[in-house]
Amino acid sequence: MKKLVVLLSLTVALASCGGGKKNQGSGEGLSGEVKIDGSSTVYPLSEAVAEEFRNAEGGIRVTVGESGTGGGFKKFSRAEIDINDASRPIKQEEIDLCKQGGVDYIELPVAYDGLAVVVSKENTFVDYLTVEELKKIWEPEAQGKIKTWNQVRSSFPNQPINLYGAGTASGTYDYFTEAIVGKAKSSRGDYNASEDDNVLVKGISSDKNALGYFGLAYYTNNADKLKLVPINDGDDANGKGGILPTPETVTNGTYQPLSRPLFIYVNTKSADRADVKAFINFYLDNAASLSKEVGTIALPAEVYPLAKKKFEAKKSGSVFAGGKKAVGVSMADLLKAEQ
Amino acid sequence: MNNSQINKLKNLIFKLFAIFCTSVGLIVLVVLLYVVMSKGLARIDFDFLTNLPSRSAERAGIYTALAGMVWILVLTVLIAFPIGVGAGIYLQEYGKRNMFTNFIEINISNLAGVPSIIYGILGLELFGRFLGFGNSILTGSLTLSLLVLPLIIVSTREAIKAVPGSLREASYGLGATKWQTISRVVLPSAFGGIMTGLILAVSRAVGETAPLIVIGALVYVPFIPEGPMDEFTVLPIQIFNWVTRPQAGFVTNAAAAIVILLAFTFMMNGIAVIIRNRFNKRTKF
Repeated sequence: MKKLVVLLSLTVALASCGGGKKNQGSGEGLSGEVKIDGSSTVYPLSEAVAEEFRNAEGGIRVTVGESGTGGGFKKFSRAEIDINDASRPIKQEEIDLCKQGGVDYIELPVAYDGLAVVVSKENTFVDYLTVEELKKIWEPEAQGKIKTWNQVRSSFPNQPINLYGAGTASGTYDYFTEAIVGKAKSSRGDYNASEDDNVLVKGISSDKNALGYFGLAYYTNNADKLKLVPINDGDDANGKGGILPTPETVTNGTYQPLSRPLFIYVNTKSADRADVKAFINFYLDNAASLSKEVGTIALPAEVYPLAKKKFEAKKSGSVFAGGKKAVGVSMADLLKAEQ
Repeated sequence: MNNSQINKLKNLIFKLFAIFCTSVGLIVLVVLLYVVMSKGLARIDFDFLTNLPSRSAERAGIYTALAGMVWILVLTVLIAFPIGVGAGIYLQEYGKRNMFTNFIEINISNLAGVPSIIYGILGLELFGRFLGFGNSILTGSLTLSLLVLPLIIVSTREAIKAVPGSLREASYGLGATKWQTISRVVLPSAFGGIMTGLILAVSRAVGETAPLIVIGALVYVPFIPEGPMDEFTVLPIQIFNWVTRPQAGFVTNAAAAIVILLAFTFMMNGIAVIIRNRFNKRTKF
């Protein structure tokens, strides 16, 4: 028994003395703790920024969780965290929650996320798809009816169409259904669903009749196994015909409607703190360059200074309050309109 | 075919069936080991164990996840062990057979079957919010303690039950009180069994992810927790995060982390076996 106690206390001691890796940065020597939680889509970017920030301000502890956008807003409204990562604008009920909790917030766009529609490498006939065609395939009414490619477009061959898509718990699912079918969470149910995009990649790459969608970063990292489908949104202002999602077309807003802005929401009270201020400024300065590494897509360069200005002016509230859509809007215009 | 041949055939069929049943578990384990080892083994090196989490798969390590896990486990043991063993002793030695103890017993068996995520929700509300511990190591350990308590209680009772009545009677015969009998005769003889139960319970806690995610365990924690009120992450959460990342390198990292986690569990189970053997030898009934 005594031995056991000694062993246990030894383990505790060992565990606690490992802090020798302190990274003394060259910053202003600030200290504090910045707590971030929220969307798993924004997570890689926040993680990358936090990692780089350690080199600049080693005294500030930044932690990042991934409870999902909704889970994060719940904590945010209780002032349990300083910053919430969000892959969509704040919803009305979350605005109400924040009001109840006495939490005011600053909404800052940090990057774009694109969804890729892909087919197998062996698929030779899909040259592009229109939003109409995608809707025809994915809307709830298509369940059990749209089963072959020639039902989508008569020039396609009479081959079965096998669908792969995001699972219902995923933010990607909400977003895709809203952009394509027109209503969030409204989709046919008879497709291969997974919350893990890597599973979808595997499925589509080994099935020549497959069609599926997932985050653009998953295509970029598996480009040798998949074929990207250009999307035609029918709006010639965005360019004629199908548009391929690339960092350029997502950033300049011509790849529509499958690109969405990603946000961070900062508690205004936290924003008064020097450590949070330093972190947010660092975030907005480095989001563009770090986006490339983690698979999100940078906003147009003019947006970041505007966002910094907004943060400095502590302009609180959401520009999307009242149900305004974030799909297909220019971040720069929105931020300019606010100032 | 006469009767005896038919019986022999039945015997053979049952034997084959039994072998098949045994091999199902073994084959799954071997396949799992092969897959993670072939992917992850090459990735494990000293840096992997001592690096902080990172956006680049090559630089990322499991240092803080490992430290968080050790913290959580040690605290869980410190909390769950005395309470679980105490409750086991009460139920087996002091508790009278009545409605009340029956009720408690049924509840303990039921608790052992409650899905772990439910414990997470309880832990979040009770420890995290009501008691105000937040998403700290303390909240995590208390939650996991609840989760493993039924296991410890049941195994304590079984171990105490296995102590022969003659030992107890001899102790009483010498004029020892109940407490003296329990502390000097029953517990030492049952210790091997209790420890085995404890370690098996802890190795279950090692793999738990759901309750810790619910109470708000983080993913990116670039520092070693220094006290029970610090925030933390654990290995299963890090693995969960890595398998969903787009870059192939993270999948390799996940495999490597799984190898470490499996090694940890194997080690714990090994210790359980050694302790059981040692204590069983010491007490000769």
